Amino acid sequence: MRTRRHLWLGLFGIVLFTVVFLVPFAFILFTAAKTRTEAGELQFSLPTTWTLLQNFGDALRARDYMLIIAFVNSTILTVASVAILVVLSAMVAYVVQRRQSRWNGLINFLVLSGLIIPPAVVPTVWVLQRLGLFKTLGGLILIEVAFGLSFCILLFRAFIATIPRDLDEAAIIDGAGPARLFFKVIFPLLKSVIVTVVIVQSVAIFNDFANPLYFLPGDENATVQLTVFNFQSQFSTQYNLLFADILLITIPPLLLYLFLNRRIVEGMTAGAVKG
Amino acid sequence: MSTEVDARRAVTPAVTAPAPAARRRSPYPFWFCLPAAVIFFVFFVVPTFSSFFFSLTRWDLTSYEFIGLDNFVNFFQEPALVIGLKNTLIYAVVTCGLKVVLGILLAQLLTSQLIARGFLRSVAFFPVLVSTIGVGLTFTVLMDPSNGLINKSLAAIGIQGPAWLVDPRYALLSVALVDVWKGVGLATVIFIAGIVSIPREYFEASAVDGASAFRRFWHIVLPLSKPAVTTVIILSLIGGLRSFDLIWAMTRGGPGFTSDVIASVIYKQYQAGFYGLSTAGNVVLFILVTAIVFPLYRFLTRQEVDL
Repeated sequence: MRTRRHLWLGLFGIVLFTVVFLVPFAFILFTAAKTRTEAGELQFSLPTTWTLLQNFGDALRARDYMLIIAFVNSTILTVASVAILVVLSAMVAYVVQRRQSRWNGLINFLVLSGLIIPPAVVPTVWVLQRLGLFKTLGGLILIEVAFGLSFCILLFRAFIATIPRDLDEAAIIDGAGPARLFFKVIFPLLKSVIVTVVIVQSVAIFNDFANPLYFLPGDENATVQLTVFNFQSQFSTQYNLLFADILLITIPPLLLYLFLNRRIVEGMTAGAVKG
Repeated sequence: MSTEVDARRAVTPAVTAPAPAARRRSPYPFWFCLPAAVIFFVFFVVPTFSSFFFSLTRWDLTSYEFIGLDNFVNFFQEPALVIGLKNTLIYAVVTCGLKVVLGILLAQLLTSQLIARGFLRSVAFFPVLVSTIGVGLTFTVLMDPSNGLINKSLAAIGIQGPAWLVDPRYALLSVALVDVWKGVGLATVIFIAGIVSIPREYFEASAVDGASAFRRFWHIVLPLSKPAVTTVIILSLIGGLRSFDLIWAMTRGGPGFTSDVIASVIYKQYQAGFYGLSTAGNVVLFILVTAIVFPLYRFLTRQEVDL
């Protein structure tokens, strides 16, 4: 009786979830595979002829290979920002967690502020301009690092608290200096939380739209999230190419999710609960 | 006597004597914080503080003219900008409320003995990872008043769907619904983590007492997953108040200014070259976020129940 009810509930759930959560993705796939006129009808239907690869090609070639350039830019941005974030925030979290001092209150306050306060847009542009970093990938990388630090520090600090101090003391007695102690002893132990940080931040930075829009304007600097507007205009939107583009920029997170599903969910909830 | 002094000299003071040990260099040096602190200070703290100053100026990034509170007066006199303020609040409350309610219901469903539970969890969570812009543009098409899939499906079961994004009354709410669609997965997994951490004995005891499913939910699940509720409320409120991407992708604040929020106003004023006014918008947003989130956080964490 009870199990039968659960079976029906489960089937109902599957149908409901499929309609609500999967149909939009099916729509993206189908439209991305249609010819231009067929896609323009905006119907939810299988394409009469599958032109997916050709549409991918057209989307990648549009506006002098802008999407390819954007993928290169986004990859550099993501890899560099995440690498810097991991090292720097692990170092801060380590010192803050291990050392009791009167600075801790201030640091905690700053970390929380970084999570809550919306960044001031124009003054940031002004700072970047004064430093000669406006409209440069390097400037945007530093911005992403500055905005991502708080979240990463919280994740690392919670994890470092579980590493026994005996380990530090043993290393110190063996004559390790602070840098060796951290990079040779502690840092390798952070592997699992590093994976979490890398995944969560990669997705966030890869999907970031507002910061590149503000701090890295210009076609030659485009990142992937900005390219979708190439195919959208008030009068003639090329829907097949628009959705081919959306599909292309959805593939990296999808792949990550297929392989690391568990890790991502864990990371997101851990980070969220601590924050 | 003298040998003792010699012996003490022979050994480095950092290792033995307790008094110099307090002064010795800590194994956790503060310079570890330095690189992060410099980046954070230059690109976050400085802009935040200077925003208070520049919001009081007419500004073109190279020179400024101090004009007092004119930008704020402007901000609150211009109807289009006041709408932005109101919309920000509506948007944040609607998305936050729906995410909490739907999230906890989905979590309850997905922690029960259900077939394909893992699959359903994965499906509900995936939109969290997808590009907001991609989701926005996809739903713009799906919400097309006459050709869109949503209205066609509604018509098939005899319901005349609203004009969604084109109707000034529903534009903002339509975007909010898409925001919920995209974000409810995160709320759900946070609630699942909360529900799973409730000790089994509570449910066993309530089963012995013959509590109904509803009472079990109301008297056990809800109070004991309070930290998860707090987290979801705070996170989605911050996200909702700062929301920009989705609104920009779907309506650009239109039709007219009916779905503008503060973040989109900031961008529009920035594009138009009104840097002082744009920064004033930033300050308004700053005050709004801190005035709502900090007290609420205090209030919610004070009421938490210990397990």
